[in-house]
Amino acid sequence: MKVPSRPTPPGWARRLLRWYCRPDLAEDLEGDLNEYFERNVILKGVRRSKLIYVLDVFKFCRPYTVRKPNFYDLLFQWIMINSYLKLSTRIILRNKLFSSINILGLGISMSVGLLLIGLLSDMNSYDKFHENHDRIYRVISTYKYLDEEESDFASTSLRTGKAIEESIAGIEKIATLYRGFAGDLKSGEKTVPLTGLWANESFFDVFTFAMISGDPSTALKNPFSIVLTEKSAKKLFGDAEPLGKIITHPGNQGNHEFTVTGVIKDVPLFSHMKFDMLASLSTRAITQKESKHEMRWDNIWDAYTYLLLPGNIDLKNLLANLNTISAKENQTIKNTTVKLSLQPLDEIALGKDLNNSIGPVMGSSNVWMIGVLSVIVIVSACFNYTNLSIARSLRRSREVGIRKVVGALRIHVLGQFVVEAVVIALLAVIFSFALLTLVKPHFLSLNDGYREMLKLDLSLEVIVYFILLAFAVGILSGLFPAIFFARVNTIQVLKNISTVRGFRNFTMRKVLIVAQFTISLMFIAATIIGYKHYKHVLAFDLGFDTENVLNIGLAGNKADHLIKELAEMPEVKSVSTSSIITSLGNYWGTNVKYINPQDSAFVNYNFIDEHYLPLHGHKLIAGRNFNSKGTDAVESEVIVNEKILYRFNIATQDPRKAIGEIVTVNGKKMEIIGVVKDFQFGKSIDKEIKEFMFRYSNSLNARYVNAKVLSNDWPATFAKIESAWKKIDDVHPLEATFYNEQIESSYRDFSSRIKVIGMLSFLAVCIATIGLLGMVVFTTETRLKEISIRKVLGANEGNLVVLLSKGFLASLAVAALVSLPATHFFFAKYVLDEYADGAPPALTEMLLGTAMVMFIAFIMIGSHTLHASRANPADVLKNE
Amino acid sequence: MKGTNLGEFEELVLLTIAALVNDAYSVAICDELTKSTGRSAKLGVVHAVLNRLEEKGLVKSKLGEATSTRGGKRKRYFTITNGGRAALIKSKELRDELWSKIPDLILKRI
Repeated sequence: MKVPSRPTPPGWARRLLRWYCRPDLAEDLEGDLNEYFERNVILKGVRRSKLIYVLDVFKFCRPYTVRKPNFYDLLFQWIMINSYLKLSTRIILRNKLFSSINILGLGISMSVGLLLIGLLSDMNSYDKFHENHDRIYRVISTYKYLDEEESDFASTSLRTGKAIEESIAGIEKIATLYRGFAGDLKSGEKTVPLTGLWANESFFDVFTFAMISGDPSTALKNPFSIVLTEKSAKKLFGDAEPLGKIITHPGNQGNHEFTVTGVIKDVPLFSHMKFDMLASLSTRAITQKESKHEMRWDNIWDAYTYLLLPGNIDLKNLLANLNTISAKENQTIKNTTVKLSLQPLDEIALGKDLNNSIGPVMGSSNVWMIGVLSVIVIVSACFNYTNLSIARSLRRSREVGIRKVVGALRIHVLGQFVVEAVVIALLAVIFSFALLTLVKPHFLSLNDGYREMLKLDLSLEVIVYFILLAFAVGILSGLFPAIFFARVNTIQVLKNISTVRGFRNFTMRKVLIVAQFTISLMFIAATIIGYKHYKHVLAFDLGFDTENVLNIGLAGNKADHLIKELAEMPEVKSVSTSSIITSLGNYWGTNVKYINPQDSAFVNYNFIDEHYLPLHGHKLIAGRNFNSKGTDAVESEVIVNEKILYRFNIATQDPRKAIGEIVTVNGKKMEIIGVVKDFQFGKSIDKEIKEFMFRYSNSLNARYVNAKVLSNDWPATFAKIESAWKKIDDVHPLEATFYNEQIESSYRDFSSRIKVIGMLSFLAVCIATIGLLGMVVFTTETRLKEISIRKVLGANEGNLVVLLSKGFLASLAVAALVSLPATHFFFAKYVLDEYADGAPPALTEMLLGTAMVMFIAFIMIGSHTLHASRANPADVLKNE
Repeated sequence: MKGTNLGEFEELVLLTIAALVNDAYSVAICDELTKSTGRSAKLGVVHAVLNRLEEKGLVKSKLGEATSTRGGKRKRYFTITNGGRAALIKSKELRDELWSKIPDLILKRI
């Protein structure tokens, strides 16, 4: 017997020795080291001898002592797989409840994982159809105005491409694009609205778009050349040969005639840039000749530069060269700096969020959010498996004991349990696949953008990933029970089963349950807060009236015909026109000065007619509304909001005195004729209201018609408006939407995010509840005898229900106590803080949600424990 | 085969095993070597040599009984085999033969 106080060598070193040493040498070697250790303790003290022991363990790690990998073992494992599989199916079939709970839980959670895999694989296959996709880089800009924060843009100045070409050698090709080539293209009788890009002649050298007819090397060389996609060519010319045909494009300075020089295959879905047509960039050199703005270094809003680099280029060097260019060019502009950097084409679809992206983007933050949340849901389902497996330890440990007696090593027991978990996970992945096909259309319809960007189709690669996911989930959830069972002490288990307390890991299981419910409750709370915030944003008082206002986009038509048609309808109460629809995230702005010529401010504006303010219920604090004026009248009046008075300190900020003051708008002197009460012209989640002014424009220049419509029969009214539109324009479909709906759809991203979180929280609750059900069932099952004895001794049903459910309810209470403050804190501190006037975190709703989950859990626990406590004790006790 | 000749340290270890008769296990061999040669023999080195000698078939080993010392671990006792005996005798003969060739005169001068 060891005397407890006797010093022993460090345990980890001993374990290390046992692990690496050949079994036939291990005992003797360990003994030798022990003997030395004992001797050293007396001679040199405990600490020294421990150190010597550790050093010796390492020193003995030599070729002749190290254990050779045992191929027999591996071979046996492989042979045993068959037996494992057979046993697993038997066990799955025997414990139907256990298996179905796990398959259901894992299946639900894995469907989210499958969705994520599909999403990632889609995003990953973006732009891969370009032959040189790994050598193409996009030049992106970082824009900084004075002391404002830096912001990153996908676009650059049109000058960038030229500057790179002039000063950096060794770049194969440079493609420059410019957005905004759009309009109604006319060919003969036909008019087709199309959108596209301006592109320079190297476009087809850099990118791979299959050309059906035309010469890719010259198609975009000459001014007034146009390349169409197959679909748009069909729209314009039907089946006739488009090559060489003339198309008329209405530009700002009159019509231009373009010659069709090529037709390409339609742009694939997985392309980050989407277009119906391309026009030669050299055209702009002619049409924009007079524009000083076009080639400015700080005009980074519309052009895109892509580089095709040779395979062996030194990126660091290239970046340094780009820095030199931006340093040189920054001297040509004032107050602003633009820095250039590179982004690989392969990273555009999943890369960082940039402003001015050329096409619809998913945004890595969105992907990250979905990713993190689905991992949480999957882990929660894994908890279920772990928990239930260990709960059953009482039954299965005897089985393990017998296996061990028959000769199973720890590794075999481990293998058996892991294989079992993997089999269940594989079954679950089949189930979740079925679930995914159901969920997919709903997910894609969450956000219009998703449908334009994602297919979520199956490919071999995706299926391989699905199976890998199943394996990972199986191993993750099965490993802990496997280790637990592999450690089972054979003799104890077989001698007296009650000494192996299945509840030894009770604390750990409780922690898992608490964690699960904490997660679910947090999800629910997040959904509730998000939804409430969303409603709050929609119901936000913008400061003017949007009720029953129908906004009709004019698509280039003159407003007066439409106004005349609308005015004849009895349902239309009044009509106005404007240049933009505010409060949706659209902004037009310019520089405004007051007395001090050095002090200029950027002010947003909207061109309106004289009916706009009354129709929208804007409150004039002082002054008057615009009067009707002719089309050619010189603009001389503005109506400003209160913020402008504060900004420039006009007339000591007194609205009444401000009337008649003169401000300089874009170099023109204008008189303030009215002051309107502040209203939110930005998105209502914007932090604060800024300076704004209304400018007058005759309805002939308007882009939108706003009609106040009151009707009892909306479909009929709508049909009337539509037929009126048809009379004016038979090319464009009517674009009429209610103002409130427009506001709602401008928060589409937000609402689809809430829907995603909502869906996930529903899943999380399902999984946690299923897991809890399993735990309750197994606990009551193992305590059935105890319950019966208690009953025989006189306990009533109420006592028993309390006894059985007490522990679970306590766990739930802990979960609630952890999750509520955590979520509340998180939202109050990080999320809602970013919004002006955000809805206060919804404490009552959160409590309600918690109470609901608790209620479901309580019903479940209660019903089952009641069922158990009603069992006839005689039935239970007689089969001993 | 490289192993037919004995190295110097191998020979010492083999001799020690023979000298310790029934008590030759690694730590005892180490101690004995340290005592007789006057230089400290490292356990790791001795272990490696014992392993090599066993591979060459010059010694054989078996585990003894468990005792309360050494953390309950058994000792591995080494005994010299016939091959080992032969190797020792051969190396002694070689030396004797060389010794006998040396004229007395030269030795005395030193």
